[in-house]
Formats: sequence, C-alpha cells, structure tokens
Amino acid sequence: MVIVQHFVNALQWGSFYALIALGYTLVYGVLSLINFAHGDIFMVGAYIAFFVSTALLASDSFGLSHFQALSLTIPLTMLLTSCVGMTLERIAYRPLRRKGAHRLYVVITALMCGLVLENGNLALLGASRRTLPEMLDKVVYNIGGIAVTNLKIGVIFTALLVFVALQYIVTRTRMGMAMRAVSWDKFALPLMGIALDRVIVFTFVMGSGIAGLGGMLFAMSYPVLDPYMGSMVGWKAFIAAVVGGIGDIRGAFLGGFLLAFVEIMVAAFLPSTFRDLFAFTVLLLIMWQRPTGIFGAPQTTKI
Amino acid sequence: MLRVENIFASYGKIEAVHGISFHVDEGEIVTLIGANGAGKSTTLKAIMRLVPPGAPVLTKGDIFFEGRSLLTVEPHNVVAKLLIALVPEGRHIFGNLSVLENLILPTWTRKNDPDVPMDMERIFELFPRLGERRNQRSDTLSGGEQQMLAVGRALMTKCRLLLLDEPSMGLAPQLMYEMFRTLKKLNEGGLTIVVVEQNARLALQVADRGYVLDTGEIVAEGPCAALLDDPEIKKIYLGG
Ligand SMILES: Nc1ncnc2c1ncn2[C@@H]1O[C@H](COP(=O)(O)OP(=O)(O)OP(=O)(O)O)[C@@H](O)[C@H]1O
Ligand SMILES: [Mg+2]
Repeated sequence: MVIVQHFVNALQWGSFYALIALGYTLVYGVLSLINFAHGDIFMVGAYIAFFVSTALLASDSFGLSHFQALSLTIPLTMLLTSCVGMTLERIAYRPLRRKGAHRLYVVITALMCGLVLENGNLALLGASRRTLPEMLDKVVYNIGGIAVTNLKIGVIFTALLVFVALQYIVTRTRMGMAMRAVSWDKFALPLMGIALDRVIVFTFVMGSGIAGLGGMLFAMSYPVLDPYMGSMVGWKAFIAAVVGGIGDIRGAFLGGFLLAFVEIMVAAFLPSTFRDLFAFTVLLLIMWQRPTGIFGAPQTTKI
Repeated sequence: MLRVENIFASYGKIEAVHGISFHVDEGEIVTLIGANGAGKSTTLKAIMRLVPPGAPVLTKGDIFFEGRSLLTVEPHNVVAKLLIALVPEGRHIFGNLSVLENLILPTWTRKNDPDVPMDMERIFELFPRLGERRNQRSDTLSGGEQQMLAVGRALMTKCRLLLLDEPSMGLAPQLMYEMFRTLKKLNEGGLTIVVVEQNARLALQVADRGYVLDTGEIVAEGPCAALLDDPEIKKIYLGG
C-alpha cells in the first residue's frame, strides 16, 4: 500500500518535471537551443499565478468564487507567462540568431536570462516568500487506503493532456509541420512562404505557456514561492528531457516521470540525502547506454 | 517581369557580387552561368531577400518585380505574395518530413485555394516517382528524387517566376536531360524561369537568353544561340 502511495506521488512529481521538460525539448527540437532560462520561466509562471489569483480574489468587486478564480487564473497565467517567453526570444535570442552567433553564446545568453529573471524577481519583490491563495477546495479521495487529493489528480491529468495536445500539434497540424521543418532546415522555411519568426515565436509561446501552467500547478501544490524555486526543478527537468532524448516530445514526457520515479523510490527506501545521488546515477547509467537518450535519434532528427 | 539593377551583395565584410544588372521578361527562360564562386547563388538568394546567416546583404542597387522594389519585402512574402520561388542549391528538402508533407508545406499560404489538390496531382504526373513514394520520409529518397522533390515543392507555391540553382546537381545525364525537358514543359505552360547551371551547354540549349558571370560581375550576355557561338565563351565555359 505504501508503495502505491509513493507511486501516486511520483506521478505528481513526474508531471511537474514533464511539464517543464516539454518546453525544453520543444525549443531545442525546433531551434537546437537549450533554453536555460526555462526553469526560471516556470518560476515566473508561479509568481504570475500568485499575482493574478491574489488580484482576482482580493478585490470584492469581482465577487468571484474560488472555482471561477481558478478557471480565470489558468489561462491568464499561461498567457502572461508566454509573453515573458516571447519577450526573451525577441530581445535576447532573435538578435543573436540574426547575427548567426555560435550556439555557445546563445546558451550562455539563456543562462544569463535565467539569472536576470531570478534576480530581477528578488530585486523587485524582495526576499520575502509569498503564498499562493487557496483556489481549489481540497478533496481527499480514499481509494483502497491510498489518499489522493483532487489537486494531484488534476496535476497528473493536466500533464497527460498537455502531452497529447502537443503530440497532436506537432504531428498533425500545419504549424507542427512547419516546426519540424525548421528543426531540419531553418534556411529553407521562408522559401515555403512561411515566416520563420512566426514559427519560432509560436514555439516559445507553447513552451513558456506550458511552463507557466506547470509553475501554477506547482505553486498550488506547494504554495510557498521564492525566486529560486525554478532553478533546481528546472535543471532536473532539463536532465529528464535529455535522458528521454532531447527534441523528442515522448522522451521529455517519459523522462520526467522516470526521474520522479527513481527519486521517490530512492527516498522511500533510503535516507533522503541519498535521493539525488541515486537519481542522477541512474540517469547517468541510462546516458551511458544510450547517449542520445531513450527516444533520441542521432543529431539530425529532432522533434 | 524581374529587373536587377546594379546590385552589390556581401557576406559580412566579403563582397561576393559587385554590381550585377539583368532582366527577365515574362515567359522567358534565362540562364546564369559562370565558374564556381562567380556569385550565381548569391544573386538568387539576394533576389529572394533571404537573410543572413546563409544569405548575403544587399549593400547597393535595387531589384524590381513588376515595377515594385523588393528591398523592403520579407523573404516569405516574396514567395507567398509575389509568387517567386527558389529551388536552392543543395536542395534543402525537409528530410524529416514525408514527401507529401514537403509538398503540403508550401501550400499553407494558399489557404482558400481550391486548386491545391489539382496542383498536387500535376506534380505527381510530372514526377511519378514522388507519387509512388509520397508517404516515405524524404531523406530516404535518392539524390535525383530529392531534386525532383525540391522542384515539385517550389512549384506547389504556385509561383509565376521560378528560380533554380543547379537543378541538375547530382543527376545522371539521363535524368539531367529529363529535368531540363520538364523545365521546358513548365515554361511552355506559362512559367517564367531563371536557371543557374554548371552544365553551361545544356542550359544554353534550353534557355532563351543567358548571362555569364565571373567573380561577381557580368562578363557576357545575349541570346543563347549567340553565346553558344561566341569563341571566347566556347573556350572557357563550354570546354572548347
Ligand atoms: N555563406 C557565405 N559566407 C561567406 N561567403 C560566402 C557565402 N556563400 C558564398 N560566399 C562567397 O561568395 C562568393 C560567391 O559565391 P556563390 O555561392 O554565389 O557562387 P556560385 O556562383 O553560386 O558558385 P558555385 O557554382 O560553386 O555554386 C564566393 O567567393 C564564396 O566564397
Ligand atoms: Mg552556387
């Protein structure tokens, strides 16, 4: 029974990792750019959720119920977070792309963008931690001795839904086709009459919108926010995406859950200080066997 | 239809084209020939308004399409709005997409055009091999088939002016003649064509007029028959 409880927890954490890993993999798949600011976009998403929900609930004039506030906060958070992602693309990555800068500089720029987001947040909002207002009235289901909250079910369900939707967009829609085309050959896309920037902006909007959603769900599950909350989770999600095979959507999804399972199972049976050591050792072993990740094909095939 | 006026094009600090002028009339086949590095591909990329990296910057001169300057037009609009298409050097097909997807992609901007399915059928008529392999990943095609796909894909934009950069590259002689016969056929159907070609003799036999480029400048021009007879050109570009 205890093991099943751990299993449920692993599914929840896997969902958080997967939601972030999907954004990493999307941007990498299309642009071969490791967007190291992505973990911090997740953090920004949590803060945006905090401000939006606080504003919605604080003013009596709206007179919103918790559920109404929640259903407004989700799209607003995703929208505003994708604006942040879009802005980064616009002011940081696009100029470098125009100049044909080497990948290394783009990656360093991404790292710096992440630091700017973290420290900008710190400077603007101060070090005090914030708490997301309660928007979901907690319900605990007791299924055969296992306690599952409605929030957990929601988180897992959301991750699954996002995965299916992304997979659909990438494989079945024209925009997805254009994204795959860009991943193979950026030069030739405009020759198809399609604006390259439009496809790239769309990619960033998707990636950061999903990260915003993840940040919000994370903040609902662990309501205390701080400016560095995205960095460790972000790194782990990045590793999960690489282990899954970066550039592959299935890989990011699976990698997120894999990491969560290893972590939670290790923590269940060993002292908690062993958790990361074991988790990363397992991931190292996988990489050792499959350097391109579980779903990753060599170099050229991304997304 | 197309008028290139005294263009200078550079990659960073390196200037590759130093003042080229030429024109293309509606219904013509015009060929640009010249040695490696003469600036032929650079000229075509400049016409398409493609941007660096990979394409040059126009530092001087102007390009007019039907009297309208292309300088402020973005590359995707050159294709989607002005209906000029380029088959780039080295094909640049999307290897991770199927043959069919490669052909569908350029029809995105033709959203409400009822002719798309018919045009697709026409491509498969023109290149039956593509039809047979429509669901195959396009990087599994042979070089020649990829070249056909690159041409087919450009035609799916419903272009009025087609620029081709070495369409015969990597083709066996048989296929090479076939490709040029196809171009001739398309031209007879009303398509205006500019073709850059290494095989100068073949290009001059098919085209109406030709321009000879050398290190970023035009050194000779005229009707193809005259160029074919020119002793100087014979010696340098047609192998005696
Ligand atoms: N991306 C680039 N960056 C820098 N220089 C370039 C680039 N592409 C071409 N050049 C230079 O510009 C000049 C003209 O090149 P271009 O590709 O236009 O020649 P070309 O006539 O098409 O030759 P070929 O027959 O070999 O294809 C060459 O000297 C080449 O070195
Ligand atoms: Mg060339």
